[in-house]
Amino acid sequence: MSAQRTLTIEDKLYRNRYKVDEESHLWIKDTKMCLKCPFDFACIRVCPTDVYKWEENKITITYDACVECGACRIACYDVGWKNPKGGFGISYKYG
Amino acid sequence: MTEKFDSVVVGAGPAGIAAAYTMAKAGLSVLVLEKGEKPGAKNMFGGVIFRHHTEKLAPEFWRTAPIERHVVEYQYWFLSNQSHLLVSHRNQRFNGQYNAFTVHRAKFDPWFAKLAEDAGALIISRTTAEGVLTEDGKIVGVATERGDVRADVVIAADGVNSMLAKQAGLREETPEDATVLAVKEVIALPKQRIEERFNLGPEEGIAALLVGFAPGVHAGFMYTNRDTISIGIGVGMRDLDESKRRPNDIFEQFKNHPSIAPLIKDGELKEYSAHLIPEGGYDYVSNVSTGGMLVAGDAANLVNAINWEGTNLAMTSGILAGETAIEAKRKKDFSSASLLRYRQRLEDSFVLKDLKKYRDVPKFFAANPHFFTQYPEAMNELAYMWHVVDDELKQDRIRRMKAYLFGRRSRLGLLRDAYHLWRLFS
Repeated sequence: MSAQRTLTIEDKLYRNRYKVDEESHLWIKDTKMCLKCPFDFACIRVCPTDVYKWEENKITITYDACVECGACRIACYDVGWKNPKGGFGISYKYG
Repeated sequence: MTEKFDSVVVGAGPAGIAAAYTMAKAGLSVLVLEKGEKPGAKNMFGGVIFRHHTEKLAPEFWRTAPIERHVVEYQYWFLSNQSHLLVSHRNQRFNGQYNAFTVHRAKFDPWFAKLAEDAGALIISRTTAEGVLTEDGKIVGVATERGDVRADVVIAADGVNSMLAKQAGLREETPEDATVLAVKEVIALPKQRIEERFNLGPEEGIAALLVGFAPGVHAGFMYTNRDTISIGIGVGMRDLDESKRRPNDIFEQFKNHPSIAPLIKDGELKEYSAHLIPEGGYDYVSNVSTGGMLVAGDAANLVNAINWEGTNLAMTSGILAGETAIEAKRKKDFSSASLLRYRQRLEDSFVLKDLKKYRDVPKFFAANPHFFTQYPEAMNELAYMWHVVDDELKQDRIRRMKAYLFGRRSRLGLLRDAYHLWRLFS
């Protein structure tokens, strides 16, 4: 796969190794706030791995793509964020 | 397991391992908790580790540690749309006295952790610390999913997102303008190809900083490893938010720059990663101690963004935290008053001295993003004008170059920028 061809984020994440938990380590604290999001959907915009999407009037969270950077947490205080359970989540081979 | 240790260290990165090693070597009982499946599994950086500070823990570590290449050349790229201006420093003295080594953290960190283990520390991976245990206003251990662990002193080396330091009330959420989002790819290329493209000997490497490809305060980075290239961008969270652009789009634009694309051409993507960097400097250093707890490394926001130093501040703060714990154990006093010695140790070391020296720099660049946008563009345009050969008389050429420069930034503005830079760094 050539590096110059513009890869989608999905293509890129396919290269990563994850151990996916059944339970999300990310959540929205107050889902009503999203209906009048004061931050122009910063969670969606700043996430480098496309974890957040706006679908049917709510934020959906694809937590299994998360690399645990914390950008969403900095961008919006309505994002609930905790570390995945031990051994779960992203597991870098290079880092 | 409700066990009691002299110290529980949370996080098996450079700060945590340096602390654990220091304490274990002095005979303290030490438990290190790592949330990843092994040390390094959650860790990402540019990047390099530094010989000088790593050697304080492991003399001549490069003989056995999984390092990639030693850096012989530092490159500074000023990009514009179609061009670049490159300043670089290569020195054979970096072959004699190593300065920095590129590493992959998922490979280096387990090796580093083994040092602490060999010194007697117990390292347990796949275990997330969920919170601190408190008794009479003092921290007495951590709660984990496998049970509580008690300790005289907890060392929070749990990284930039430090949940423990926040829970202990030692720091607040880092604001957008003191945080940089780094996004990186590891791209595989044959060893010889890397050496040809970067003009390198078999074990030599480069470290590159690149600016001028995105709005706001930003930087690109590029490091050569043995048979991979680490390439990425760092964008201030505030600038990212305000630009309304996606991190991956900025990254792709950077990678597709005509000066950059040939360097990674035909490479195979191996990994895509992202991490926050606490670049706010001295004014954002957290409270680093309270009764029963010390904070080290990124968890305390110890990053020198100007010199691109992080792992050495992490290791050094880890050592100083370890020494403070050893002293506290000797005095049998782990109160907040006793552990205040840690802050003093940091203030006396290069860690806080350097950050203090540059304390106004992060704010200055945040308020003056033209250093990352207008200046790289102007430098490229002036370089282009200078090199074009045609019928134009040189006196007209020089006049045109001056008109261009002063049209972009007034004489006063240029003087002011020069003065402020001088003030910041002198």
